[in-house]
Amino acid sequence: MFDVIVIGAGVSGAFVTRNLSRYELNVICLEAKNDVGDVSSMANSAIVHSGYDPLPGTNKAKFNVLGNKMYPSICKELDVSFSPIGSMTLGFNEENMATLASLKERAKENGVEAILLDKEETLKLEPNISSSVMGSLLCPTAGIINPFTLVAHCFENALDNGAKLELNCKVTSIKKEDGIYVLETTKGIYKAKMVINCAGLYADKIASMVEPIDWHISPRKGEYYVLDHFKPDFVNHVLFPLPTEKGKGILVTRTTSNNYLVGPSSEFVDSKDDTSTDSLTLGEVKKSAVSMVPSIPFYEQIRTFSGLRATPSTHDFVISYSKNDKYFINVAGIESPGLASSPAIGKYVVEELVKPVLNMKEKANFNPNIKPYIKMNDLSIEERNQIIKKNPKYGQMICNCEKISLGEIEDVLSRSLPCLTIKAVKKRTRAGFGKCQGGFCQSKVLFLLADKLNISPLEVNYDGEGSYILKEESK
Amino acid sequence: MRKVDLLIIGGGSAGMAAAIKAYDEGIKDILILEKGEFLGGILNQCIHNGFGLHEFKEELTGPEFLTRFVNQVEERHIPYKLNSYVTSLTKDKVVTYVNSSEGAVQIEAKAIIMAAGCLERSAGAIGIPGERPAGVITAGQAQLYLNEYGYLVGKKVFILGSGDIGLIMARRMTLEGAKVLGVAELMPYSNGLNRNIQQCLIDFNIPLYLSHTVTNIIGKDKLEAIEISKVDDKLQPIKGTEQRFDVDTLMLSVGLLPNNALLNNIGIPQSRSRGSCVNEHMETEVEGIFSCGNVLHVHDLVDYVVEEGRLAGLGASIYLKGNLHKGEHEISTVAGDGIGYVVPSTIDLDNAMDSIEIKFRVRKPSKNVYIEYSCDGNVIKKVYKMAIIPSEMEIYKLDKKLLNKDYKTLKVSLVNKEDVK
Amino acid sequence: MKELTCIVCPRGCHLLIDDNNKVSGNSCPRGEKYAIQEITDPRRTLTSTVRVDSKLLRVCPVKSVAPIKKDLVILAMKDVNKIHLKAPVKMGQVVCDNLAGSGVALVTTRDIKE
Repeated sequence: MFDVIVIGAGVSGAFVTRNLSRYELNVICLEAKNDVGDVSSMANSAIVHSGYDPLPGTNKAKFNVLGNKMYPSICKELDVSFSPIGSMTLGFNEENMATLASLKERAKENGVEAILLDKEETLKLEPNISSSVMGSLLCPTAGIINPFTLVAHCFENALDNGAKLELNCKVTSIKKEDGIYVLETTKGIYKAKMVINCAGLYADKIASMVEPIDWHISPRKGEYYVLDHFKPDFVNHVLFPLPTEKGKGILVTRTTSNNYLVGPSSEFVDSKDDTSTDSLTLGEVKKSAVSMVPSIPFYEQIRTFSGLRATPSTHDFVISYSKNDKYFINVAGIESPGLASSPAIGKYVVEELVKPVLNMKEKANFNPNIKPYIKMNDLSIEERNQIIKKNPKYGQMICNCEKISLGEIEDVLSRSLPCLTIKAVKKRTRAGFGKCQGGFCQSKVLFLLADKLNISPLEVNYDGEGSYILKEESK
Repeated sequence: MRKVDLLIIGGGSAGMAAAIKAYDEGIKDILILEKGEFLGGILNQCIHNGFGLHEFKEELTGPEFLTRFVNQVEERHIPYKLNSYVTSLTKDKVVTYVNSSEGAVQIEAKAIIMAAGCLERSAGAIGIPGERPAGVITAGQAQLYLNEYGYLVGKKVFILGSGDIGLIMARRMTLEGAKVLGVAELMPYSNGLNRNIQQCLIDFNIPLYLSHTVTNIIGKDKLEAIEISKVDDKLQPIKGTEQRFDVDTLMLSVGLLPNNALLNNIGIPQSRSRGSCVNEHMETEVEGIFSCGNVLHVHDLVDYVVEEGRLAGLGASIYLKGNLHKGEHEISTVAGDGIGYVVPSTIDLDNAMDSIEIKFRVRKPSKNVYIEYSCDGNVIKKVYKMAIIPSEMEIYKLDKKLLNKDYKTLKVSLVNKEDVK
Repeated sequence: MKELTCIVCPRGCHLLIDDNNKVSGNSCPRGEKYAIQEITDPRRTLTSTVRVDSKLLRVCPVKSVAPIKKDLVILAMKDVNKIHLKAPVKMGQVVCDNLAGSGVALVTTRDIKE
């Protein structure tokens, strides 16, 4: 039996699990997919928002501002790329400028630094913005992050500190018997004293397994373009239009890998499974982005994708005990600014909600740091040579576009966190994320995975279960 | 720091041809860096025949064609390194490469020839609508799995794009036991060679859907079906024309792009071919850095790739002997009406040979037309073409005598016969 | 009158053959030869791979040394699929001397050293 079961291995589940692993508790995280961070946490804008725009007094405002402040040290501990490049919200007419002025006041109320810039100052910082811009609101604390390694490394650290993780484990029912939660899953029965529901899009479904709830989660889709790293400094800040009821609007930003991201759209969809893209929506995204930054070279497009936000009917994060039982906690509706908020959410949930209920003691030997990853691209010639001399596999290039070596890929395959699919390798290492989209390296990754997982090449999944690349031997 | 006279990036057909030519012109200190496990580049997986009719006057398979070049490299003892990947280069021609035996190595070259080939446009690059399941794969990738590893990526296949690799793979997959249900091409004409339509599709009764594109990808983890639709003359899908095909694989053959990040990264201007701008000697604006083959512009035939490789090899050898100086009379080429791109981007009249190879592609198939060459508005040459198609790269040997030292531009345009006065 | 696409070279000429087997539309004499061959006895060169035990490759490319009857192509794949080589392999090595009874040999098209 476990002390705590966390349902869902997205970014909130990751920080909750990691924070639990600081204590002498028997903790397991159950994930329905075959990798962590595989749904909303994977397909989003990868922005650590400053927290200037959520309505003051809301959970969104509180956790965003707190979470943002935690990121620099957390990314150091977890070896995750993070750059506080700042965001700029752009105004294109007098009305916009008036709104920006009131947003500046809101930022102040939220305790977030925000600076109003005039046209000249705006264009000086971002020369590629449309010259029709009238001014902007600069929030220097906003940042960009690698959301894939954030979740993966957070789990790796939790596992290194004794937490457990079960993949391909979908919770199908929850009962409470003799004070113990009994979870039926696709991988059998799991029991625990306490359950924390971090099930993202399905958090309402999980919550309603224990009691009737008066809120629900609706999938709200965002579609994006990814452009190649065609040149540095095309844009240097996260560029937003004015926020609307539908969200923060279509942004243009650099990513931590120096690619450029354009999107997202915002549309409620029927299915929590629908991550399709469509040309009409993407056309609108393009139109909107070009009105801010006219010279975006869309011929450098290397991918389009969509993600689903877990939008709560309450319009705010649901972070609380269930109505009837303090041993069941909901962490639900973590839509934007969820990524920015999740370190603070994880801390709050464990210290303010779990601690008062469970008798828990801090571990003496908790290690907040993961073993750093070698990133050959970031090293000097001398440093690279030292590493290759020790392990020649770091000199063997696998992914040409992103320059990822065999050594780096073997490293992620040897860590505590399972890495079972081509997509998982891609998310951890960036192999396959470049211009050729795996055209050159996918086969190498596939045969390496077959070898390391000791399975046939025919059994290697691209992504979800059964997503085999190879169908049969031709001879 | 290690030094070399001529460093060649890429040991495929362009790089090997360049090396052989430079060697024969007297440049003996050469190093070829090849990222793969063999010399020959992409030809290793092009096991079909049809290569070498110009070069060797016989029809060879890809591996046979490349072996002849490997043999020439070996006979000359031109040094090459396999599994060696160039991570960066500078305008001062310092190249950093990495491999597992030497580590990360910096080498200073007097001249560099870029011959890194091309890559395939992916599903992401063309933004196919729908889901992103496994089973959507580029034709070249499927070719690699099949021809070098011996694995089929699918049993029921549909192909988007009528590029030659897709057509060739339609036949290969069929021979290996897969069922190819059809090929959809966005344009009203095929982008592949006529012979490949015949011997890869018609021979096997595989239908070609012109003016069609894929409008939906269906399947969550693995591909279950695709939907194609007819497109109108603005290439927009027409509602109500959807057809569904239950397939496990959608193979893409939607174009190739020069793999030119290394030169783009040092700010060498890009031509409309998406390769670097070069002059008549295949030299970029950085003296001593040359480019040739598919990294410069995507060719239709490997025979022309090796010719261009030799041109770059010759250019580099002239440069290394100190005889290639930027002249004072430079003409810029311009892709005029109906022309996609022109190589070279500039012609240095003081250096140009008597006959200058002008290479270009037309934007759409045309019949009964002239290709017009005009300098600063003066027509200097008109060449009649009974038929001309985008899938073929055109090469015209322009007589240098037609170019006047005062000219600044050379425009190549496609002109309808009736429009010619 | 019959119409054909010439497959002799990449140019792919559009050939017309009249009832007296007179060929037009060809740009070279090979087109004429091809047209007559194609309407009387169509043939294709078969290229494929055969299984090989080697350090780096699972399959080795092969071709028929001459075109075989078009009807035999699919049948010939049965012979191709039976062949299993061991490295080293020399380019041009005969691996089947009579492909599907055509009398045409199948040879390897690359060297595999180990």
